Amino acid sequence: MADPMKIRAANKDGVTEVKILMSHEMETGQRKDASGAIVPAHFISEVTATWNGKVVLQGEFGPAVSKNPYLAFKFKGGAKGEKVTVSWVDNKGDKRTDEGTIA
Amino acid sequence: MSMNEINARRDAMKKMGGMGFLGLLAAAGMITPQMALAAWNKGAFEAKTLADTLKALGAAGTPVESKDVVLNAPDIAENGAVVPVTVTSNLPHSQQVAILVEKNPNALAAQFMIPEGTEATITTRVKMGQTSDVFALVKSDGKFYIAKKEIKVTLGGCGG
Repeated sequence: MADPMKIRAANKDGVTEVKILMSHEMETGQRKDASGAIVPAHFISEVTATWNGKVVLQGEFGPAVSKNPYLAFKFKGGAKGEKVTVSWVDNKGDKRTDEGTIA
Repeated sequence: MSMNEINARRDAMKKMGGMGFLGLLAAAGMITPQMALAAWNKGAFEAKTLADTLKALGAAGTPVESKDVVLNAPDIAENGAVVPVTVTSNLPHSQQVAILVEKNPNALAAQFMIPEGTEATITTRVKMGQTSDVFALVKSDGKFYIAKKEIKVTLGGCGG
């Protein structure tokens, strides 16, 4: 199981800015290990962020997204104390869901 | 074997070859919608060239270069493993944002669906194998717009 995400969300003038730092190896499938065998690809493929049950962002990643992916975006609405939920799924079926509180 | 027979055989071969090719096209055509139905756009992520990627994203042809699509990234990335990229679209009804790195093994790095109410401003970090043009593709009102920026990757990662 992967480490928890770090989620920061802040509302300013009716717009909530969300910053997410995921913890994931993001192995490309191009790299070779010491013995010359290709390290199999292992990367987050889908990310979904919801607020109040509404999807505020849906993303699809390829292996070219950096290790420990960072993602920032803004959406209209959101109030202090409300939760933003972020989930990801990787290409091996691993999942992780975490919540952040809007400040 | 008479000349006619040879010709007939050649024709048959040609036809078969033609069918094979058409069959491939049909198969490709059949696979694409299925892939589009799956949540993760495998076809687009596995496309090798920029043109193929655009096609897989449904942006075949040349998307219009637009000043309303802003691609914010460093001119020089000292570390190709972590290149911060911000895409901002000032176009109305931007529904989709994609980040493409032309010279990566697979051009598409990430794409995002922007629901109503979310601003089309996305920041993330991508890997770059080498100096390359980076493209931001935005779908707005069913049309595709693009912005381009060359990012130089310093080899050795020592900066300077």
